[in-house]
Amino acid sequence: MSITRRKFLKTASVGALALAAPHVWLPGNREAWGATLTAGEPIKVGLLFSLTGGLAVPEEDSTLVMQYAIDEINAAGGINGSPIEPVIVDAKSDFKVYSSKTRELILRDKVTSIFGCYTSASRKAILPIVMQQDNLLFYPTCYEGAECTQNTICTGPLANQHSKDLIPYMVDQFGPRVFFVGSNYVWPKESNKNAKVWLEQANGELLGEEYIPLGSSEFGPVIEKIRAAKPDFIFSTVVGASDIAFHRQFKQAGLKVDSMPIASLTTGEIETKAMGAEFGAGHFLSAPYFQALENPTNEKFVENFLGSPYGKNGTTHYNMEETYTSAYVFKGALEKAIADHGIEDVTPRKIRDAAAGIKLSADVSPEGEVWIDGENFNTWLVPKIGQCQADGSFKIVKEAPEHVAPDPYSIYPDIGKCTADGLLAPDGTLRTDVI
Amino acid sequence: MDPSVVLSALVLGISIGSIFLVAALGLAIIYGTAGVINMAHGELIMLGAYTTYTLQTFLGVPFFLCLPLSFCIVALVGIAIERLLIQHLYNRPLDTLLATWGVSLVLMQGVRLIFGSDPKYVQLPAFLSTNLDLGIVNVSVFRIFVVLVAALLVFATWYTFYRTRFGIMVRAVTQNKEMAASFGINSGKTYMLTFAIGAGLAGVAGAMFGGLNIVLPTMGMSYVVEAFLMVVSGGGSLLGTILASGFTGQMQSIFAFIFNDTFARFLIFLMVVIFLRFRPQGLIGSGDTRR
Repeated sequence: MSITRRKFLKTASVGALALAAPHVWLPGNREAWGATLTAGEPIKVGLLFSLTGGLAVPEEDSTLVMQYAIDEINAAGGINGSPIEPVIVDAKSDFKVYSSKTRELILRDKVTSIFGCYTSASRKAILPIVMQQDNLLFYPTCYEGAECTQNTICTGPLANQHSKDLIPYMVDQFGPRVFFVGSNYVWPKESNKNAKVWLEQANGELLGEEYIPLGSSEFGPVIEKIRAAKPDFIFSTVVGASDIAFHRQFKQAGLKVDSMPIASLTTGEIETKAMGAEFGAGHFLSAPYFQALENPTNEKFVENFLGSPYGKNGTTHYNMEETYTSAYVFKGALEKAIADHGIEDVTPRKIRDAAAGIKLSADVSPEGEVWIDGENFNTWLVPKIGQCQADGSFKIVKEAPEHVAPDPYSIYPDIGKCTADGLLAPDGTLRTDVI
Repeated sequence: MDPSVVLSALVLGISIGSIFLVAALGLAIIYGTAGVINMAHGELIMLGAYTTYTLQTFLGVPFFLCLPLSFCIVALVGIAIERLLIQHLYNRPLDTLLATWGVSLVLMQGVRLIFGSDPKYVQLPAFLSTNLDLGIVNVSVFRIFVVLVAALLVFATWYTFYRTRFGIMVRAVTQNKEMAASFGINSGKTYMLTFAIGAGLAGVAGAMFGGLNIVLPTMGMSYVVEAFLMVVSGGGSLLGTILASGFTGQMQSIFAFIFNDTFARFLIFLMVVIFLRFRPQGLIGSGDTRR
């Protein structure tokens, strides 16, 4: 029998399809969680952060603070008597590793939940697997929204919460003319769309909008454009190493922090420490948490954490605190799920459903009371504005008067509203697993 | 268009070009003379930055003294790499590529083990963080400093390779290793010293980039692509690298002014690809005498 080209192609494509079939995810096609929890036995959770590579700077801290939180919970008796057992993996800042490790954590280690990811790209890489296996992802950082899955709980601020106070505050303090600078990927662009809504309400004027490639350290042209535009303040969504280069070159270029400060969504304690406090001093940050927050819970958290072996990097920051609270959201939700269903019947999906409305009181959460929205499973929180001081710490200059509701589709009312069962379009159709 | 905007674009272009040049200089020397494609060049830059950080933070060495010290220390690392690994691979270019890439991974992880992966920073003397207002253009002192150091490094390199006895030996070995050996030149030692100088130049580059940017184990990767671009489009020679850096720096600055940063990079990569399609030997390079 001779093999013709056509026959070969046919066989090969059928073969390829068959091989790929288990890996292609179709909405609604969910696998059952192949494990049960037993009273007194350890409860496994996956910690999926990068310990090496370009994302290691924020994500290593996330792993450390999760280990700290888990130790704290276990020392206090665990969850209904069961200790939490972390399965720590290194995602190596590589999206392929994120997805393969997710599969491993769920299928081999049978974790009840995964705490992981920092960038939106890695989250989008692993969500199809998490959804197919009907597991649960705790995503403990800020993001852009515009997603409605039934398998994610986020404890950071959404784009609609993040800049809501910052823009009017800056317009009020410094003037209406603003220049937007961001890294070139999805989160800064979506954050800027939200910021424009607040800017319009505050009667501000957008002078320019520039995006820098991720990881780039050359801000010369952007700074010259800013100098020519003469804004009253700069709104920045530059992330990572670029953010440090931006602040350094801002000062080196002779731009003045008191007449043209940078209002950032990213430049926290860890960044100011890395750039040198003299480059960060005077600029502003909006975040739900600052190390300098004055409340007994935070003071205890900072002292105990920095005194523990996990506090080796010497500072706490908003991303870290959002990760810390996610551990307590997990604890609260799992306790509720066990009370509702009995421990043998708990599945990751039931933990997610039980998380609706879970409230962390001010004596647990260092940023003050927060709770999980019962529809979109993001967090109600109080955004705060801090100004960086000469020593690199932040002084809180404004705190939102009340909790701000998370809304992943706030600027896209035409697309729909995220509910617990899926994305409800204006015409009444319900779509699940929207990423 | 406002003349001061055009002028500051040109001044900035010189500055960007000088950063490219400082990053590429060490690579050009190693590639141009020994023909070694040194994939670990970015990590040698990173080592320079960490050397400066260590000297400054733990020994209190002033920043200006850190530059020559970084040169020496990274040059010693270069000698070690050359003696232990590269000298056995001179006739196998593909293997040097893989071996140096391996070295880059070892250096990156080694630094991570010693210093951790949290970012460090190099403290600059206060006057380098100021700017110079000349009325129509406004330049940061640090950028002027980088241009001056670049000029100094270029002069020193040119002098070493074209005006000293060692330079004659290097060029003789580059042209014909066997013939040079028959005149009593120790080619192994010449290669070793060349590699050391190239590594040392990467060390100085790292010391300066630590002041412009952030010190991280992965920082070298962002410079090495641009460095290779300059060396390849320049043809591997010193003059070619200078011209390529200057030209690309200006293009980057001007395009970023007219369009934006992302599009400027796209245009530059496109131009380099088209240029190399029609002139694969680069700006200045004979192209046929590569061993």
